[in-house]
Amino acid sequence: MKIIFKDFIGSNFFYSFSHSPVAICSFLIATSLIFCAIIAPVIAPYSPYDPATLNLMNGFSAPLKTNEFTGDTFVFGADDQGRDIFSTILYGMRISLFVGFSAVLFAMVLGVFLGLIAAMVGGITDAIIMRIADIQLSFPSILIAMLIFGIAKGITPPEMRNQMAIWVLILSIGLSDWVQFARVVRGSAMVELQKEYVEAAKLIGVHPIGISLRHIFPNVVPSVLVIATISLALAIISEATLSFLGVGAPPTQPSLGTLIRIGQGFLFSGEWWIIFFPSLALLLLALSVNLLGDWLRNTLDPNLGIK
Amino acid sequence: MLLKIENLTIEYPDRFGNFRAVDKASLKLARGEILGIVGESGAGKSTIGNSIIGLLQTPGKLVGGTIELDGQRLDLLAQPGFNAIRGKKVGVIFQDPMTSLNPLETIEAQLVETISLHSNLSKTDAKLQAIELLNDVGITSPMERIKQYPHEFSGGMRQRVVIALVLAGKPDLIIADEPTTALDVSIQATILKLIRALCRKKNVGVILVTHDMGVISETTDRVAVMYMGKIVEVNETKKLLSKPKHPYTKALISAVPPSNRRVHRFSRVEFNQGRQNPVAIDLGSHWIGETIHKLDTTTTMLNVRNLTKIFKPRNSLFSPKIESNVAVNNVSFKIAIGETYGIVGESGSGKSTIARLISGIYKPDEGSIQFDGLDLLNGKKLKEHKKKKREIQMIFQDPYSSLNGRMKVGQIIAEPILIGGFRGNQAELNLIISDLLAMVELDADAARKYPHAFSGGQRQRVSIARALASRPKFLICDEPTSALDVSIQAQILNLLKDLQQKLKLTYLFISHDLPVMRQVCDRIAVMKKGQFVEENAAEAIFNAPRHKYTQDLINLMPKFEQ
Amino acid sequence: MIVLLFTGLIAFSMFRFVGDPIENMMGQERTDADIEILREKLGLNDPFFVQYWDFLIDAAQGNLGISFRQGRPVVEVLIERLPATIELASVSAFLAILMGVSLGVYTAIKSKGWVSNVILTVSLVGVSLPTFLIGILLIYLFAVELGWLPSFGRGDVVEVGWWTTGLITMSGIKAIILPAVTLGLYQMTMIMRLVRSEMSEVLSSDFVRFARSRGVPEVKIYFRHALKNALVPVITVTGLQLGSIIAFAIITETVFQWPGLGLLFIDSVQFVDIPVMASYLMFISVMFVSINLVVDLLYTAIDPRLRVSDTK
Repeated sequence: MKIIFKDFIGSNFFYSFSHSPVAICSFLIATSLIFCAIIAPVIAPYSPYDPATLNLMNGFSAPLKTNEFTGDTFVFGADDQGRDIFSTILYGMRISLFVGFSAVLFAMVLGVFLGLIAAMVGGITDAIIMRIADIQLSFPSILIAMLIFGIAKGITPPEMRNQMAIWVLILSIGLSDWVQFARVVRGSAMVELQKEYVEAAKLIGVHPIGISLRHIFPNVVPSVLVIATISLALAIISEATLSFLGVGAPPTQPSLGTLIRIGQGFLFSGEWWIIFFPSLALLLLALSVNLLGDWLRNTLDPNLGIK
Repeated sequence: MLLKIENLTIEYPDRFGNFRAVDKASLKLARGEILGIVGESGAGKSTIGNSIIGLLQTPGKLVGGTIELDGQRLDLLAQPGFNAIRGKKVGVIFQDPMTSLNPLETIEAQLVETISLHSNLSKTDAKLQAIELLNDVGITSPMERIKQYPHEFSGGMRQRVVIALVLAGKPDLIIADEPTTALDVSIQATILKLIRALCRKKNVGVILVTHDMGVISETTDRVAVMYMGKIVEVNETKKLLSKPKHPYTKALISAVPPSNRRVHRFSRVEFNQGRQNPVAIDLGSHWIGETIHKLDTTTTMLNVRNLTKIFKPRNSLFSPKIESNVAVNNVSFKIAIGETYGIVGESGSGKSTIARLISGIYKPDEGSIQFDGLDLLNGKKLKEHKKKKREIQMIFQDPYSSLNGRMKVGQIIAEPILIGGFRGNQAELNLIISDLLAMVELDADAARKYPHAFSGGQRQRVSIARALASRPKFLICDEPTSALDVSIQAQILNLLKDLQQKLKLTYLFISHDLPVMRQVCDRIAVMKKGQFVEENAAEAIFNAPRHKYTQDLINLMPKFEQ
Repeated sequence: MIVLLFTGLIAFSMFRFVGDPIENMMGQERTDADIEILREKLGLNDPFFVQYWDFLIDAAQGNLGISFRQGRPVVEVLIERLPATIELASVSAFLAILMGVSLGVYTAIKSKGWVSNVILTVSLVGVSLPTFLIGILLIYLFAVELGWLPSFGRGDVVEVGWWTTGLITMSGIKAIILPAVTLGLYQMTMIMRLVRSEMSEVLSSDFVRFARSRGVPEVKIYFRHALKNALVPVITVTGLQLGSIIAFAIITETVFQWPGLGLLFIDSVQFVDIPVMASYLMFISVMFVSINLVVDLLYTAIDPRLRVSDTK
């Protein structure tokens, strides 16, 4: 283990990382946000979804000002129901990140699997998979996500809708995103397959599955990482957009997008903090992940991201 | 004196400090003269050319010395100043003709643009001059061809267009940076002849940068030898080749495969790091020696009959129609045990396809292949059959893509051993790996490193070790040294010869490089467009070639006379 | 072609299987007998393929069914909303291409200057901001705080035949600015980054090097040699992206209450108005297929290597 660690520190990868202030910054911001979201129940000063703790008198409290009636202070203010914005953001980030990570995971597994199969098996299988990918690419992912959501909504009985919403969200974003992974993996794998060490492996007698796992896959991983990071940022934004439009996370389990939707109504009446802080959180999250992904792409493979 | 360079020093700052690409180099060139700069990769020869014209790759910097062209100090010029001399006083011919031209513009457009830049001719006059230039460089029917796009020209033709473009500005100095390295031998000869003729006719000075001693020998008047950024020797070409003074020059010359006779081994190039003394392995009891069998030269190792392979391209709606390509056309030959059989041909002749047909990567459309009595094509998937197939191994051309960059060298060599059914423990495995590494003259601790830590020649050694780890009887060498420097090539060829003796191997050696073939092969087949045009003992091929194509190839081979 | 049929299939399946259209259409108080009559009339009892075929024929003739929610023929509703979206999309696309290409070229050429770095960072922010947030921000800034531009609606429109345009009136122009910028920002950033990356790559290619060595002046290199080559792949990608502007319009239209197809679609999803949803889908896929075709043709026109050559 020590040797691996030493190799890593001495590698070019780590060198560019430690010399890029952007990379370090975004990495720190992203990880701290994620960390906060994970331990939200521990650090949230209030628990905004427990009706017992809510006090309507706290409604519309401004940030950092102590409420005259109840004596509570809210760092970021409170919304119309008296919920602490800071806490709602923490819980909201949880939902946003959960959906984001799960969707990307789903898309990644599906996409990598299909991409590898397309490259390794070739022939008709490849043609079919790529055709489906092409067809799906003709539609913007938001549309596909909304479509799936709409269909799901039509199928499920109304009582279940709110609970299922999160899973439908994950499914729809994931399903609309797998194509990127498949394409990149397929392209990368096809490049590797042309290389002579694969021929050598065949000559040695390595079984095709062994070739995919031991030889092709490790060489494809860097590209997958880049796409995964960028996809995460995209997934977070997509989720926020869908929730904002009302076809995503419901108000009972609000993500940052839902919070913004709720807050939009109060923007023009002066309670700016209800929409401002969730928006800021969303921006920071997406930006840091994006910056990280961008830096990753520049370091690992400048040719990605265009196709 | 047209060009005078004194104490030129160029550095590239990088992660570890300042890399000195050129170290106090001094050169002189007169009009009408061809000066060659020869050296191996990384010696700095292209860098000198780049600095003359101000096209150093960033972050390169000129940190010392002077460059004087016709009295004008080029080292003092800033970027805008170079525009005045580029094309007009200095021109550069780059290495790869396939990427030197703008693919979206016609030849006419590109020529007229350059001509108009350096003269006051009208568009019509410029076009006339362009046609004249195309004539000068030997392009037939220039009036029609001038309207075509680059992709409609072959490699050699494109290089002629490049030369025409360079001449368009009427420069006094032409830098030719490896101008024929990417071309076939036959085309190479004509391009070099063209450059020589133009040099004399237009009285320009030419700097010819190359790694090929044969090219130097045939084309240049004087030559400078570079090693690690320094110019170690300069002299008239004939004098340098017959009486080299500097030890590196001597070593370099001795590493070049002579085209006029066969030597048994290349004398070593001592300038590279010395290796460990090869560990003596008792092959009788060693794992490696378990599968060596007695040499019986009357048995055939490989019997190929009527081999044919046709490539049918996929038709796409928007690309021009390509016909089927008959890569290998009814080829038959036999290889005896212990022999080195060579197939020589230019690119596209089909020689690599044969290699892959034998190794099983491609399946032939017709014909049969028998290996050591086993029919390779109608195989059942039996364990025995597979085991036999592993006795054929291959060494590839590109040292950079023939090793999996993500596996350690030790793992790369271990893989075939394990697949071969190895039953020992980890320690025994490691021992075998170090022994194999020693056989290819690498240190044992190479096993812990990744391929990117090694040079091209060292990687080829790892490739050989990997091939040996399958304990093969038959080794296909597909241009194994074409991507290597001459001195490294000599080492690898020596290694292959030694291994053949020790392990009683049979080789199929494929290359486009005739002098190399002469040193290595017992029998040679000459291949052209999918067919064997001649097959004979090596010395007979060289001393008494029968087919016209063979004769042409041998005549066009740049001869390295000492 | 396949794409169209496939989409049609999906659209139609939605029609048929999601929820019971009859119940949705008729509300709660009909008797079973009435429902049965309507069902028969609408041909819902025929086998699947017959229905699909009828559907296709109807669609080709412009009959896309009746909106559940509005009770009007879908086609009518679509046509009514179409001009709004098209105008918005075109203006956005125009802005995006103009700004994207110029900024892309600039940052490729002057890649080391601080202006370039600023532009690049801002572009990253642009990619990280969801479209709706940008919209809200712009509304807040320009409509609420500064009061220069309207925050919703289309302004006054003028009818030209069956088309309604907002581009001729002053208030119409004012109204389209914010939504167009919002919609175009994301596209602009993508185009800019793509142009930049392609330009940079071309600028370090061999033939540019060779052109430089012949003394071709920098300006000519940038525009005549590099740009043309860089734009070739840009055109394909951009063409496809532009198609998605139509879909992204959904978000912008929601934020700005812009009465276009996007808003229509959102409403239809909320109210499970299947015919509208399905027809919107078909419309989008038709658009995409045609754009794809145009892009392919454009590509062959520009790159001589793709033309079938008959001389050798």
